[in-house]
This record gives sequence, C-alpha cells and structure tokens, in this order.
Amino acid sequence: MSNEAWEGRRAFISANDAVSYAVRLCRPEVIAAYPITPQTSVVEKLSEFIAGGGMDCQFINVESEHSAMAAVMGAAMMGCRTFTASSSQGLMYMCEMLHYVSGSRFPVVMMNANRTLAAPWNIYGDHRDSLAMRDAGWLQVYVENAQEALDTVLQAYRVAEDAAVRTPAMVCLDGFVLTHTYEIVNIPGQREVDAFLPPYAPGENVLDLANPRSLCISVAPEWQTEFRCQQQAAMEAAKGAIARADGDFAAAFGRRWGGMVEEYRCEDADYVLLGMGSVMGTTRLVVDKLRAEGLKAGLMKIRFFRPFPREEIAALGRRVKGIGVIDRDVSFGNAGALYTEAKAALYSAGGASPHTVNFIAGLSGRDITKEHIETMYRKVMNAAAGGAEREIQFAGLRWEEW
Amino acid sequence: MPKPAVSVFQYPRTATEMPCGPYAKAGVIVETNAGWRISRPVIAAARCVRCQQCWLICPDGAIDRTGESYAVDYNFCKGCGLCARECPAKAITMAKEDGQGE
Ligand code: SF4
Ligand code: SF4
Repeated sequence: MSNEAWEGRRAFISANDAVSYAVRLCRPEVIAAYPITPQTSVVEKLSEFIAGGGMDCQFINVESEHSAMAAVMGAAMMGCRTFTASSSQGLMYMCEMLHYVSGSRFPVVMMNANRTLAAPWNIYGDHRDSLAMRDAGWLQVYVENAQEALDTVLQAYRVAEDAAVRTPAMVCLDGFVLTHTYEIVNIPGQREVDAFLPPYAPGENVLDLANPRSLCISVAPEWQTEFRCQQQAAMEAAKGAIARADGDFAAAFGRRWGGMVEEYRCEDADYVLLGMGSVMGTTRLVVDKLRAEGLKAGLMKIRFFRPFPREEIAALGRRVKGIGVIDRDVSFGNAGALYTEAKAALYSAGGASPHTVNFIAGLSGRDITKEHIETMYRKVMNAAAGGAEREIQFAGLRWEEW
Repeated sequence: MPKPAVSVFQYPRTATEMPCGPYAKAGVIVETNAGWRISRPVIAAARCVRCQQCWLICPDGAIDRTGESYAVDYNFCKGCGLCARECPAKAITMAKEDGQGE
C-alpha cells in the first residue's frame, strides 16, 4: 500500500496497527524481532510494509528475543535508528540485552505488549512484565488508547535520541485490551512526522572506520560509578525532553498527552486515583459520575514510570486528602510497584501526607470494572476520613464483596 | 611500529570529560604485555627470508614488517613462541628473559 492511501487519514485500526504505522513513519533503518502474543501483529505488519517496498528498512528475523535486542544493538552501534517489540516471557528473555543497550546509551525504541508472567501460564494483560524491567535503565511510558500509542511512539524517538538523554525507550500497551482493540486513529502525514522527528544524529559511540573506537568496553570499578551517575542524569534530563516533545507535538499535530503525567479533574480534587494504561479510560467515567454526585474526585494518569514523576505526585499530595493507587502488578512481600514509588514521592512532599491505599487489580487480564473503581474511590474517602482500611488490597477477590 | 605507543590512561577528571556511553579510542594500549613473558623471540635478520609467516601467525600482531628487517614489538609480544616454532628459516630463537639461556 502506498503511503498516500493512509497518510493523514482517519483509520479504524488496532492499537498494534497504530504502533506499526507510527514506526513506519519514524523511518527506522533496522528492525529485528521475534513474535510473541499479543505483540506479534506489530512486527508482522512492519514486515509486510518492508516486503511490499513501502519501507526502506532491513528486517532481521532472529531466533529469540535476546537475539532481537542484540541485533538492534548492533545496528545502533552503526548509528542506525532501530525498533523492536516484545512481551512477557519474551521481555524476560531480552532482559540481559536491555541492560546492555541502556548502559551503552543507544536510543533504541521498543514496544512492549503488557502481558502477565508465568506461572500460572496466561497470555492476558497486566504490568508485571515491564515493571520487572524497572531497573533496566529504559524510559518506560504507558498509554491509554490507540491514538496515544501512535503519538507516543513518535515522541519516544524524539526523547530517546535527545542529545542530553540518549537512553532507550519502551512504549507499553496493555495486552489485548489495547493491542487488539480497534479504534478510530488519526494517522499523521509523512512530511509532518519528518518535520517533527529529524533523522537520527548519533553521538560518538558508533563504529567508524575513519575514527576507530572500541564500544561497550569493560569499565573498572574506578569509573563505573561515574557511568551510572551519567545514566541517572540522563533520566532526569529526559523529564525536560518529554515536556518539550509533548509541546512540540501539540504544536505540530494538535494533540497533547501531558508529558510525564496527565491530570483529569484534579484542580480542586480531594480524592485521586493514580494508575497507568488503559484502566485510566474507565476511571475517567467514574470520576465524571462521582463529580455529578458532588464528590471531588480526580485521577492522575502516570504516563512515564521511568523517569518517575516524583515532583508531580509530591505536588498532588500537598493538596488532596486521599490517594488511591491502582497497580496491575504486585511485588510479592511488599506492595504494587507504582504504589511503592508514589508513596515514596509523597513522603518527600513535605507537610502532612494524604491517606493512601493500594489496589492490586487487573492481574492477568482480569477486568477492572467501573464498580470496582467506584469502590476504590469510596475506600480512599473512608481512609481519608479516618475509617479502617487495609493499606494494600486485592480488588474484587472472588470471595470478597466489592 | 604498527601499534600505538603505550600511553598512560587518564580517568575523566570532570563530568564533561566522560564519554557518553562506555566507549574509547580503539587501538590504545595502557599496559605492556611484557609482565608475563618468560622468553622473548629474537629475529636474526641475516637468516630471515621475509616470508611473512611470523607476521601472519603472531596472535598479538606484535611483528612489525614495515622496517628494514622484521622486528618484534616487545610491549605487545606475550612470548608464546609461535613465531619461532613456525619460522621456516629458523631465524627466530626464544631467549630467556632472565638471561639463563634459550
Ligand atoms: S612470541 Fe608469540 S606474541 Fe611474541 S612475536 Fe612471537 S608469535 Fe607474537
Ligand atoms: S617467519 Fe622467519 S623467515 Fe619468515 S618473515 Fe618471519 S622471521 Fe623471517
């Protein structure tokens, strides 16, 4: 299909398709991938684009996810823009190379179709796979719908390749609920995308015959810490790059996603739910319902988990009475990952902290219903009023009233 | 010699001197290999027929063939003796580093 057939059009496509179109528009030079449900259709469509001649890109078929990440790292060493995608068990198998890519400061962009981890075996969505990769040194962004998925891929390249950032980025989509759901999506034109995302200008850590360098060198204890400090600084610098990318994107395409976080009806809110990904769409409806009843409800959608929006959460904490955190994961022996980090951010807010409750929900594709979310708000209100509430709760257990 | 001279590695003194990602100029040697060598190859220029075998075989690329006669870069040579063993003209002998014979 020639570009003209879909460029600048509204199309009824899945979020996985939206990612494929976005990647095509970003003109990567090398893609390497291994299929895994529910990611497969992303790389399937990209390989069709390349086979059909619509995309000037090399697709490397590999025997595993570990090799996929190794292959795109090799291409990145040559200064290429690259892409790969994975999910769940595949992401686990990629783990070693995720660290290699981030530590080497190659701005690879990947899509992760969020799916739970075995055992028990299950192919449906939750955030346990990407959150297990929290410390792999990648930017992590979670999206709510297909349009945001497309737009975020474009922004991810901008942020990852920013000279002050040079850090790989993982765009996370909820498995099935997003990846396989069809929505109306605006596909931007190639010319506009080219203007927003100039060709990749790599730094000095590339292979160059005229200027030979050793890449991925061993680094002794005497200066390993300095490299880590640099990675941390790059993540902090990403916060500014994310805001700039969002602003420039809004100017170019007329859509704005909020950068690090998006607040919905938080201006005068007393009770706020935090969460990531598609569940935020349902939560908006519940906020509207509670607002209609006169309750001051709001939500904060955490888009970027890395870098973490410490400042935004601390600022929210200074003005609300109660905060609930929806986690589609649990770190056994403590709490949900988002809750743990949000609570730490609130601690550094200074002054009185709001009451907090953690809701473990939506594991392995379990629906999070509007009723569940309304119950969460009521539990947060109860906690804020001094009522007895367990701090960490599994939402909607079969043997509990919710 | 074909290799760069041994240079002293200087750790970055400021954050701005840090490379972005762990990379370095290639072909830099910061320490000589001589520490573990117990014998060194010595080329008898008069016997050498310039067949290039030693230059091809040396695992460390320590043989220099650019000069008037073939020479060994002792900063890189690890003393494995492959060159002496393979030299068809028997032009290379291994001399003990402590001077106690061959
Ligand atoms: S002894 Fe070994 S390392 Fe030294 S020059 Fe001969 S082959 Fe090369
Ligand atoms: S192998 Fe022997 S003869 Fe051949 S170049 Fe080397 S020293 Fe000379």
